[in-house]
Amino acid sequence: MLEFTINGEKHQADVPPDMPLLWVLRDVLGMTGTKFGCGIAQCGACTVHLDGVAVRSCQLPAGRVGDRAITTIEGVGNTPAGAKIQKAWIDLEVIQCGYCQPGQIMSAAALLASNPAPDDSDIDAAMAGNICRCGTYVRIREGIKHAARS
Amino acid sequence: MPPVPESEGLTRRAVLYGGAVTAGLMIAIDFPWGAARAAPVSNPEPVATGQRFNAYIHIAPDDRITFTLPAVEMGQGVYTSQAQCIADELDVALDKVIAAHAPPDQANYGNPIFVVQATGGSTTTMAWSGPLRKAGATARAMLVAAAAARWQVDAASLTTENGVIAHAPSGRSLRYGEVANAAASLKPPTEVTLKDPSRFRLIGKPVHRIDTPDKAIGKTVYGIDVMLPGMRFATLRSSPVLGGKVAKVDQAPALAVPGVRQVVVLDDLVAVVADNSWAAMQGLNALAIDWAPGANAELDQAQLWSGLEKASQGQGAVAKKEGDALAKLKQGTVFEESYELPYLAHAPMEMTNCTVHVQGGACEVWTGTQVPGFAQTGAAKVLGIAPEKVTVNNHLIGGGFGRRLEVDGVIKAVRIAAHVDGPVKVIWSREEDIRQQLYRPLYHERLKARVEDGRITAWHHRVTGGSVMAHWLPPAFNDGIDSDAVDGAAEVPYAVGDRLVEYIRHESAVPVQFLRGVGPNGTIFAMECFIDLIANKTGTDPLAFRRRLLEKNPRALGALNLAAEKAGWGTAPPASPFGARRGRGIALMNAFGSYLAAIADVAVADQGDVRVTRLVIAADAGKIVNPNIFEAQIQGGATFGLSAVLFGKITFAGGRVEQGNFNDYRVLRIDEMPAIEVHIVPSNENSGGIGEPGTVVTQPAVANAVFAATGVQLKRMPIDRALIAKGA
Repeated sequence: MLEFTINGEKHQADVPPDMPLLWVLRDVLGMTGTKFGCGIAQCGACTVHLDGVAVRSCQLPAGRVGDRAITTIEGVGNTPAGAKIQKAWIDLEVIQCGYCQPGQIMSAAALLASNPAPDDSDIDAAMAGNICRCGTYVRIREGIKHAARS
Repeated sequence: MPPVPESEGLTRRAVLYGGAVTAGLMIAIDFPWGAARAAPVSNPEPVATGQRFNAYIHIAPDDRITFTLPAVEMGQGVYTSQAQCIADELDVALDKVIAAHAPPDQANYGNPIFVVQATGGSTTTMAWSGPLRKAGATARAMLVAAAAARWQVDAASLTTENGVIAHAPSGRSLRYGEVANAAASLKPPTEVTLKDPSRFRLIGKPVHRIDTPDKAIGKTVYGIDVMLPGMRFATLRSSPVLGGKVAKVDQAPALAVPGVRQVVVLDDLVAVVADNSWAAMQGLNALAIDWAPGANAELDQAQLWSGLEKASQGQGAVAKKEGDALAKLKQGTVFEESYELPYLAHAPMEMTNCTVHVQGGACEVWTGTQVPGFAQTGAAKVLGIAPEKVTVNNHLIGGGFGRRLEVDGVIKAVRIAAHVDGPVKVIWSREEDIRQQLYRPLYHERLKARVEDGRITAWHHRVTGGSVMAHWLPPAFNDGIDSDAVDGAAEVPYAVGDRLVEYIRHESAVPVQFLRGVGPNGTIFAMECFIDLIANKTGTDPLAFRRRLLEKNPRALGALNLAAEKAGWGTAPPASPFGARRGRGIALMNAFGSYLAAIADVAVADQGDVRVTRLVIAADAGKIVNPNIFEAQIQGGATFGLSAVLFGKITFAGGRVEQGNFNDYRVLRIDEMPAIEVHIVPSNENSGGIGEPGTVVTQPAVANAVFAATGVQLKRMPIDRALIAKGA
């Protein structure tokens, strides 16, 4: 039995330690906001925070989480940076199909929390691991800057 | 200004899809507004009580208003734009509205252009704005009539605003919910007047989307997120060689994985069913499956290309003939070139998935589909049951791009679920999704033109490729012509003199499907590259050359000129650290009832990598329902086009797809993304489509910019860096 702190709440899951956190969240705990997009850390749809740092949950064995705090898209709105990003995403209508956006928002929130005024190259570096097929990149860029100004 | 007849905007596209569809259009446009309907056909009522005014509008006594929307939301914003059309005429605010996808029901929700119940082809605004406005206006008229009867006043003395009916002389008012029962029992008016555009509150305004707040907090349930009590999770592997079969498989290694419950072996696939997706994937990976590869074991890409090229030398079915182009092309200054487009995978971020519960001679399906009716009939056929025994629960879709116009994922899931007790969610891995889908056809576009005094006087365009229409919408495949494959070629914005446009259907073992941009992705790409080639060979500026061919086409010229002005055509493209060679390219497209012009700036590195540094797009797509969504569709379509032109290709070796995930099927990332400037031409013309055009127009603009930067025109896509490396 593994124990996790997710969005400030304790959860237990009877899973093998090599099961990626993504599947613990989605299939075992039913928290489906975090998305499966590639399974090999190429697309970033599964991004969550471990102690505030953006990680790809599809490649993170559940047994390696330890006592680090997990934040997912369902809880990131409780952080100042997450709330700003989510508001900016709505203000500028960044989202289209939305499937990659939990991952985009998690990466953007982690960026903003560590860098309150990111420029284009900071955004490129932090967001290049998150693929969007609808083509929301132009607005993601604007959205992060909008959130930084707010 | 008189109300706009809703059928006006449909005619053009319907004609493109041939006579059979036009006939269907007439039937489909005759909506059953008449009877107020008690309940939708197969899905449960979204709210328990209240009244359904027509197929699209339900009003509850507590004023909750539910719109049942015929076109599905997959990111393109049609939940919002359709709701805007109904809500504006109904006089309700969007935040009062609950939106739901329509169940399978072709009579009520069949696309007036396709006839079948399908969302695609950039048709939603063209097809549905009129009917949905009429639905809203009809329901409003019934509500007003009911209030007028209750108060014994003239209906004309009543006004409506935000779901409230008011009688100013007496100061009385009623909420819609209060008269919904009385109103829905009235006979609907046969004629209603649509709002004058000057009175629009929602249509034409950049209102916020109704689907995005939930998406921003991870609350939206896509098909892949469905969770049911007692549900199992499955994943599958189909024959890696196209058309192969399972020869032998020992199930024991999968069953030994903790959490694995069952292995389902069908003739062409193996699925592992488990307590969670991870266990299912581990179980599948533990299997050593022997495959019988079948007839396609030798299929490879060089053979596919050469077979297509050979086929393109034949004579095609005539899609358009004006004058005698072939005779004119026998003399004078004649140019000829061919362009080749690769197979492409859609690769939406939500991979193929479907949850199915088969029990007691019935079947329930949970998925995201662009074609709910096809999902229903597809599942019914697998199980040998009546379509009415299949319930389809549709969901918001995590990207379609044409992938969800097919129901192969539903059919495979149902075939698996038929062997499973209880509900099972079947998720494809990304590799399975890339390797086992239907692809944008390989196209060969052969062009020939005669030039006299800087003008084109004869034109021959022959399109060769696999036909999507022939299997997807057979009535649109007539006389040997795939109406989609020649879309963009049969009607061209330019004056090109005598004209012959042909189509040759050439199928291989590779299954084909529409992809965002559809036929014009090939036809317009080839035409725009060819025009640049002619301009180059005749020593003419590409913009000046196009302008000369557009003297009688003010809308096309308007878009072209606006893009040129905003991009600063004639100035040097900006320097970029990415590469010393720089170029600017232009392209124009007219398809889907819209006119777009794009100008791309590129920098080319010494080793041949291409970076697009700026993209300027001008669009004239007639009247716009939501300018913000409109702009997003152009930005998104352009980004999809950039991925295709820079990286996109699916290739076959030994009958297998060579790509599998985003490491080898590359798509554009944000650090490769140029600034995109979108400029809209204000227009009162009928609405055109806007989902596809950005994809179509961006690709030739980039190819032409690479031509300008390197002096090399690439004939086969995607851009091959080896051919444009310095000194190549």
